[in-house]
Amino acid sequence: MIVFQKPKALTDAVLHYCPGCTHGIVHRLVAEAIDELGIQGRTVGVAPVGCSVMAYNYFACDMIEAAHGRAPAVATGVKRAMPENIVFTYQGDGDLASIGMCETVHAAARGENITIIFINNAIYGMTGGQMAPTTLPGQVTQTSPYGRDVATQGHPIRVCELLSQLDGPAYLERVTVNNVKNVRNAKKAILKAFKNQVEGKGFSLVEVVSSCPTNWGMTPQKALEWIDEKMLPYYPLGVYRDKEA
Amino acid sequence: MAKLTVNEELCKGCGLCVGACPKHILALSKSKLNKKGHSPVELQKPEDCIGCAFCATMCPDCVITVEK
Repeated sequence: MIVFQKPKALTDAVLHYCPGCTHGIVHRLVAEAIDELGIQGRTVGVAPVGCSVMAYNYFACDMIEAAHGRAPAVATGVKRAMPENIVFTYQGDGDLASIGMCETVHAAARGENITIIFINNAIYGMTGGQMAPTTLPGQVTQTSPYGRDVATQGHPIRVCELLSQLDGPAYLERVTVNNVKNVRNAKKAILKAFKNQVEGKGFSLVEVVSSCPTNWGMTPQKALEWIDEKMLPYYPLGVYRDKEA
Repeated sequence: MAKLTVNEELCKGCGLCVGACPKHILALSKSKLNKKGHSPVELQKPEDCIGCAFCATMCPDCVITVEK
């Protein structure tokens, strides 16, 4: 009996991510959710700009590549034109919380019936480790070599808390994937975000606190510990909106 | 007995599975390199594997298949 194998909603393409990058884990969780709900044939994904720009190669469903940050707007269009399709976006923090903040906030305010998977790793990965809107105070990056100084560079943005001030979203949860237990919880959250859309409940966003071993300058295992030590105190896990509850 | 299959060519040797294994029976190979130059993960004591799939749960690259 097979206990664990690659989900069918992932293609056989080799992931281009760095060793130990948690993008791979989240890709798998999204694919497992698509498999479990049996919606592979009618799912449309929207890929972002950033490390996960080539996500369209990895999901075995229809995929669209959006302009930088515009994935929620593209998803809105697809969902409104073809409401029977399940539309999700997969975005990083540079894409969703920086250049795409406007699209994100307005899609949430409108309560679009789409699913957003948001990867927050507190840094710009693809471009080489620059400071992101989610970079922690004091965190050293390529563009904050002395650590992020909130007096000049501002404070990190907590996306779930910010969106929870709006009336539009149906479901907002922050999860992480730094150990087996948390991966299982993340799976439940992602599954729920997709299920909400199938049931027509409205805007669902799951923020996944992730690691970037390469640009954080750590081993993959140490990066997972760093999530516990540094990221989670600033980005507390939990459900920020659940219209059912 | 549980059976673990590692797709060695896809393994990037990140070691997240090694840290997740509750039986501490996974290790990165000291003698092998795959085509990409990574040391793939190896099961040191196949008889001790309990098939919990913790390794596969943490693997970012879907390298591991677990059977029971």
